[in-house]
Amino acid sequence: MAQKDSSNDLDSALANGCVADLMAGLEQRAFSATELTDACIAKADAAKPLNSLITLCDEDARGAAQHIDEARASNQTPTSALQGLPIAHKDIFCTEGVLTTCGSKMLSNFVAPYSATVVERLRDAGTITLGKCNMDEFAMGSSNENSFFGAVKNPWDLNRVPGGSSGGSAAAVAAGIVPAATGTDTGGSIRQPASFCGVTGVKPTYGRVSRFGMVAFASSLDQGGVFARTADDAARVLGVMAGFDERDSTCAQDTADELRAVTDAGLEAPTDKLTIGLPKEYFADLTDELAKLLDDARAVLEAQGHNVRDVELPNTRFAIPSYYVISGAEASTNLSRYDGVRYGHRCENPADLNDLYTRTRSEGFGAEVQRRILTGTYALSVGYFDAYYLKAQKLRRLIQQDFLGAFEDVDVMLAPVTPGPAFEIGNLTDDPVQMYQQDIFTVPASLAGLPAASIPCGFVDDLPMGMQLIAPHFDDLKLLQLAHQYQQLTDWHNSRPPMASAAGGKS
Amino acid sequence: MSGGEDLTRWGKWEPVIGVEVHVQLATQSKIFSSSPTAYGAEPNSQANPVDLGMPGVLPVLNEAAVRMAITFGLAIGAQINRHSIFDRKNYFYPDLPKGYQISQFEDPVVGAGKLTFTLANGESRTINVTRAHLEEDAGKSIHDLFPGASGIDLNRTGTPLLEVVSEPELRSPAEAAAYFRTLHALVTSLRICDGNMNEGSMRCDANVSIRPRGQSELGERTEIKNVNSFRFVERAIESEIARQIEVLEGGGKIERETRQYDPERDETRAMRGKELSDDYRYFPDPDLLPLTIDETMIEELRAALPELPDAKRERFVSTLGLSDYDADQLTRDPDVAAYFETLTNANVEPKTAANWITGEVAGALNKAEQSIVDSPVSAITLSALLARVSDGTVSGKIAKTLFDTLWETGGGGRSRERGRDREASETQDAALAAIDALIEEKGLKQVSGASELQALVDQVVADNPDQVAQFRAGKEKVLGFFVGQIMKSTQGKANPKQLNELLRETLKA
Repeated sequence: MAQKDSSNDLDSALANGCVADLMAGLEQRAFSATELTDACIAKADAAKPLNSLITLCDEDARGAAQHIDEARASNQTPTSALQGLPIAHKDIFCTEGVLTTCGSKMLSNFVAPYSATVVERLRDAGTITLGKCNMDEFAMGSSNENSFFGAVKNPWDLNRVPGGSSGGSAAAVAAGIVPAATGTDTGGSIRQPASFCGVTGVKPTYGRVSRFGMVAFASSLDQGGVFARTADDAARVLGVMAGFDERDSTCAQDTADELRAVTDAGLEAPTDKLTIGLPKEYFADLTDELAKLLDDARAVLEAQGHNVRDVELPNTRFAIPSYYVISGAEASTNLSRYDGVRYGHRCENPADLNDLYTRTRSEGFGAEVQRRILTGTYALSVGYFDAYYLKAQKLRRLIQQDFLGAFEDVDVMLAPVTPGPAFEIGNLTDDPVQMYQQDIFTVPASLAGLPAASIPCGFVDDLPMGMQLIAPHFDDLKLLQLAHQYQQLTDWHNSRPPMASAAGGKS
Repeated sequence: MSGGEDLTRWGKWEPVIGVEVHVQLATQSKIFSSSPTAYGAEPNSQANPVDLGMPGVLPVLNEAAVRMAITFGLAIGAQINRHSIFDRKNYFYPDLPKGYQISQFEDPVVGAGKLTFTLANGESRTINVTRAHLEEDAGKSIHDLFPGASGIDLNRTGTPLLEVVSEPELRSPAEAAAYFRTLHALVTSLRICDGNMNEGSMRCDANVSIRPRGQSELGERTEIKNVNSFRFVERAIESEIARQIEVLEGGGKIERETRQYDPERDETRAMRGKELSDDYRYFPDPDLLPLTIDETMIEELRAALPELPDAKRERFVSTLGLSDYDADQLTRDPDVAAYFETLTNANVEPKTAANWITGEVAGALNKAEQSIVDSPVSAITLSALLARVSDGTVSGKIAKTLFDTLWETGGGGRSRERGRDREASETQDAALAAIDALIEEKGLKQVSGASELQALVDQVVADNPDQVAQFRAGKEKVLGFFVGQIMKSTQGKANPKQLNELLRETLKA
């Protein structure tokens, strides 16, 4: 009898996916770390059709769980508020001794010799790595259709994309495989899949989370972040991830103490009444359904006493071209190291050096990656540098200035994340430029380095959609608090896709 | 000025030479990673994930390298740029793991400065240094060790380099070599480079072109890469000038290309294959912040500058009375200069000290292939020996024998501390005592007592009446015979100067 109760507690806790509840359950011995880990592994097996994981670390995970149970049994105090929490890492984070592929054939044989700072910190905080999440190859994509390991399916509709590039991480959380997963966001790669999968996705301020060990796509844009069911969950995990790391020269000299405190204490609603801006350029061409969802969200926040007003970000229209030039340029050089010489894929029987490079890279990289390397190389080349790269950086500065100016009048902004809900697999693969337009609402905050999150705010055609909150630099906490408050007043984040339904879950 | 270099020896042609020198900075760890920079380790044993360009790694700037760069800039009176940028220089080669080199392109840390050097004829030339910037070294490719393959050793990858670029103002191979040599003396005296040419601590690229004398337009240039000896720099440029003249006078055109000097054949050859592309697609490295240098650091480094070779050379000439030649010889290596000054501080006559260093000491060091910091005869020990020559205890000739003994035994029985630490622990008194003990032990004390010597002189004069007659008849050279005899009977210990005087006195009569 007791067994069944505890497994109900476990199923219930997992289905609701609240980190605080899971930690309490472990603390109170309602279930053990091993039971929790086993339950997640079972979920992973059941959710195989989603193809959300590239590597399942079942053995290591069970070992870690057992270790934690033994420590608890001998009454050792827990190492942190996240001890025993199963999580998954986007396969862009180096995990020592574990395959780290970046969704690419180029690294399909690469076992990382060291772990990323993010991985180390979460491990030291007691989390258990359940597996490595599928992703668009080298983080380039908005649908997770660009993975060497096959497309990821959206748990809400297996014919649709989960979004990208962190599609696997978003799907894993949405399907209830793990309560939280790390991701990276360069132009929207956390926020957009969060919207498509009905989960909370957070991209912190650029420089908050160390990029050491996070395979580089676009160095001045990449940021590590997190997926979870709620803002509270996400903040607890982010609190462990964030903070200065001397191994990353672009990391902010900031210990992120205020975020660290949230890991133990959880989030509260904002103490002040905030002024929330609606950037009018983002609301120009929305579908009626999406406009309605955002308007409802606005109303919820206004009812709490926050003020809402319009703001202008006039250079928004330059964001996509600027982003694709800058990210392509940086990516083109970041990916030069994949040459078949020291690690990763190498073509067979290279005839000479040139052949080694040409065939290794042509075989190892997928079409989208090759496309971006070529355009990025072009943008940096003699004769084109000024017209493309330099111009894009100038536009970037203007876009950032738009935000800084608007933030003198508002505390936070509310905006759409994606133009519509998840599209069908294969719909946009023939038109890369149209695919790029998916990022239209997420790219500006990336260019400006601002913290931004996607919060579930309703359904369109029975598919989830998110709203975007954007805050000034280093106001991550304020952003999370507002999201938390919204989630205390709404229920969207509690919806579960049919395949994840279990005791206590809605479908 | 006598005998200036003949700059007209190329007929109507005038060479135009600019030099880029890569100076390996003597930091403990690499410029962007914590790997050690020590030379000579097993291949690929000093390359960590950052050096290897593993996925996800990031560079972190080594402050010591920046300080050394600023020190160099201050020493050449250059502008120190308070704000400089690291750029990616993109090209593919197996010894360049990331597929780009982190360097500085448009905004280097050190701006324009000057370097003055002296030519063989004593003439002084001042050359403008365009800039000096920080960058990381690449690894080494070894093409002849593995059949059908090349070996890549990445130990050197990431070693900090300071690339010093001169304006194309050098007018001859000799000038280029003198410039290179002077730069070497400077960076070693600043202790920012160990100056070990064999280990590749300094490498020179020379850009060479020729034009008809009087033309202001520059001719097409070629780049001779990676020369790591002063002599080879001179010969490489010499042969390249000759080659270019031959090509142009034969109606051909100079191709802009990189060439390598082959010392066996004394010629330059176009480098095989185009390993370097023309378009490096430089752009600011987004993994590194702009380098901002504050005034405090600059002033701190300025105050810590040691006496520079020029100033030292000046001082040796004007205050210590050395010749230009001796001063130049002694200031090429800061350790040699330090050894010299220990001698002069211990009251050795500067000229004597100079002679001994460029003579006995240099000879012994060359034979043993050692550098002066490892000399078994410390400066203090030598100063004690020379004190005993100066006060007549031993003759100069005997001193040389004693020097050899000291060299063998490692400095008068003292414990063998190496390097600069030793100087601090030796005292003049202890050294004198040791020398005296050695002189006593070997019985080499000079015979200088007037009566003793007189007795010997009287004896030899009495024994050799024919030679006495010859001398008195005007054959000066016979004096040598008498000196020889007495030297033989005293086993060389007679004080030569006194002996000479006494002989002349005695024979006069």
